[in-house]
Amino acid sequence: MFSRLTVRRWLQSATVCLLLLVMLGAADSSSRFGRLGHEMVCVCGCGQILLECNHVGCPDSDRMIGELRQQLASGSSDTATLNWFAAKYGPTVLAAPIRGGFDNVAWITPLAVFLLATAGTGVLITIWRKRTNRQMIAAGMPMAPPPMDDDLRARIRKETEY
Amino acid sequence: MPTHPMPEFGSFALLLALVLSTYTLVMGAVALWRSRSQSGIVAGGSGAGRLGETARRAGIASFIALSCAAFALVWAAFTNDYSVSYILHHTNRDLNTAYKFSALWSGQEGSLLLWAWLLSGYGFVLRIRHKIDVRLSAFASTILAGIQVFFLLLLNFAAPPFAIQPGPVSPDGFGLNPLLQYPEMVIHPPMLYLGYVGFSVPFAFALGALMMRYPGEKWIHITRRWTMVTWLFLTCGIFLGAHWAYSVLGWGGYWGWDPVENASLMPWLTGTAFLHSVMMQEKRGMMKAWNVWLIFSTFLLTILGTLLTRSGLVSSVHAFAQSSIGNWFYGFILVVFAVCLFTFFKQKDHLKSENRLESLVSRESSFLFNNLILLTACFTVLWGTLFPVLSEYVQGSKVTVGAPFYNRVNLPIGIFLLFLTGIGPLLAWRSTSLRSIRRNFVLPCIAMAVTFAVVIACGVRPWSAGDDARSETFSLITFTLASGVITAIAAEFLRGAGVVSTQTGKNLLASVILLTRRNTRRYGGYIVHFGIVVMFIGIAGGAFNQSHEQEMGFGDSLTIGNYKLVCQSFTQDTNPNYDTEYALLDVYKGSKKVTQLAPERRFYNASQTTSTMVALRSTLAEDLYVIYEGKNPETDKPIIKVFINPLMNWIWIGVLIVVLGTFLALVPNLTRVPAEARVAVPLPVQEAEVHHV
Repeated sequence: MFSRLTVRRWLQSATVCLLLLVMLGAADSSSRFGRLGHEMVCVCGCGQILLECNHVGCPDSDRMIGELRQQLASGSSDTATLNWFAAKYGPTVLAAPIRGGFDNVAWITPLAVFLLATAGTGVLITIWRKRTNRQMIAAGMPMAPPPMDDDLRARIRKETEY
Repeated sequence: MPTHPMPEFGSFALLLALVLSTYTLVMGAVALWRSRSQSGIVAGGSGAGRLGETARRAGIASFIALSCAAFALVWAAFTNDYSVSYILHHTNRDLNTAYKFSALWSGQEGSLLLWAWLLSGYGFVLRIRHKIDVRLSAFASTILAGIQVFFLLLLNFAAPPFAIQPGPVSPDGFGLNPLLQYPEMVIHPPMLYLGYVGFSVPFAFALGALMMRYPGEKWIHITRRWTMVTWLFLTCGIFLGAHWAYSVLGWGGYWGWDPVENASLMPWLTGTAFLHSVMMQEKRGMMKAWNVWLIFSTFLLTILGTLLTRSGLVSSVHAFAQSSIGNWFYGFILVVFAVCLFTFFKQKDHLKSENRLESLVSRESSFLFNNLILLTACFTVLWGTLFPVLSEYVQGSKVTVGAPFYNRVNLPIGIFLLFLTGIGPLLAWRSTSLRSIRRNFVLPCIAMAVTFAVVIACGVRPWSAGDDARSETFSLITFTLASGVITAIAAEFLRGAGVVSTQTGKNLLASVILLTRRNTRRYGGYIVHFGIVVMFIGIAGGAFNQSHEQEMGFGDSLTIGNYKLVCQSFTQDTNPNYDTEYALLDVYKGSKKVTQLAPERRFYNASQTTSTMVALRSTLAEDLYVIYEGKNPETDKPIIKVFINPLMNWIWIGVLIVVLGTFLALVPNLTRVPAEARVAVPLPVQEAEVHHV
């Protein structure tokens, strides 16, 4: 059997490895075109991502792709490129709200709701447990469910299998 | 003038259905009100009983009337009756027979008629089976009639499917939207609608049970199959739509986070949450109020989805049925919400939980977190769908909330959900001992460690993936977690089969089958979970997609991944319905020719529109997905776009497994061991209940 210390070490190492995996990742300039092309939508009304617009004779996508190549060739940064497109075609050209200001609300709200819901669930569970314990004490019952040994658990499982 | 009396017949049938449904609603409510002091409505007994029975029969008759209306519209389509405006705009003479049938749901009025017809069909089954619980069924029938009246008002006054086209009758119709001329579109909308409309039934039962302060949890047992069947239809509908998008739209993907797609996903998420949390009410008498609101929300989301599709509130590439009926839906949603809210507060004391959560590490808390995650996902989708409207209101300018937003926000949620899929079924009700956790989680953890190492060894290196680092990281986590969940599920099967094998002497496979047949609900649920995991693996494969676009004249070749495509010819063809351009491409893997593909582009004469016909070579490992994008007008050569989509088939296989598991969970258990044959254990059963999902 592993000792408790060894298990903890393994867990710590695994956590560090996972964090490394998630945090690492250097930007590669050669794929900027593909990435930025997927952060915009074609303005022809098809609603598709710019690099995925496949309409025959689409009046916009070829020109926009050309403009994107030009912007990248001119050494423009990602933000400047996206701002250039947003200025020319309007904010709906961006496939996600990324202009800062009120656009940030789009990103913050789901996270905030999730955190609030999690905290709320935690509070709810705590209240429930306290109330259950109070009721059990009032009824003169032990607070925790009576312990069971594994043999008994196994027996119950077999007997209630189907 | 109509060329035959069918349109008038259809209009009359709709009006009759409205009268009958209104009668069911009003008289059903009166009968319930009169009999509120009695224990139940007894058919043929008291005055209230007789009135209730007539209401029930009127409800059954409304299904017949609506069937006649639906038949009249299909008949008009098959007989090319272009005096009917709807038929003129959605069919043409050369349209394939199957697609003439699908004209019933290809436009606004037809799809509303389909909705009303399916709702009356569900109502018909409910009213026929009313003896399960006469009084509760009467409540549910009356509520369903209320919903039906709304749709019939729409069909009779706002969006009549039998409206006559003014002026002389056109010799031919404008044709069906080419995107809908695909075999899956004959079954995708009905499936989706069966799911959408089906949630009206558990909603009606839940609201009815709350109104009448229904004792116990029997209403859940009554509605369990309804809910599961509905959920199954919605699941099939969503994935048929995804498969259609993948096969027809020709952009290489299957889910674009379009508002209409989102509209179908939201009730699915809340419905899934309901299917899980309702078990807590069944087993432990907990979360009653929560469950009631879950099913209310699911129904409201189905109506909201219909509103989003039709109101023009959000722009969607396939909101194909936009009109001014949005206000009707706003009103209906408000009325339904008000009724739900009023009933809930009036009967709140009836929803007190019998038990409380005793431990954070228990099946109950896993359900709680499962619900939390599913509802967070639902809120995220709803938020993203409606944010452009909010942005316009606040900033004065619309924004686009597309795939990058949803993928970024929902990926971590999906990963957490996958984690809970594995961990939840292994926890016991009430509380789980540390020893039990160790015993149940050792194997999955080992499987995860091995998978992690194997995936890294296979070349998945998020730290060197540059801009793809995020998606590769999530894929790595998904593959790792998936192996753990699959191992956990397999271990549960083997553990149970071991017990059966010991008791019966059967071999392992026979024991697994017997075990599953003896507890279909539990093991069917495991199979559904397995299917979801397989789907997750398929979705994770998307991180490694490749694409390449090139002009390809005769003899030109294109290389992508391990494939080499060589153009053998490109040509044109024509038939009465459409003209087509296509290329013939030989596909080589290494030096071996594996297949020939013919991607094409069609031009439909009636509607003057173009559509893509994707050519596909599909294997378990990857899809080779080829699109004919059109011709370069300067060189007159076709432009071919090729995608390699790894593990795509795993998604569709996963869906099939989910369907199989759901069917299994719907089947009654084979036999039950008589209670007296079991050894009595004079202690509260905790861990044992882990096996009774």
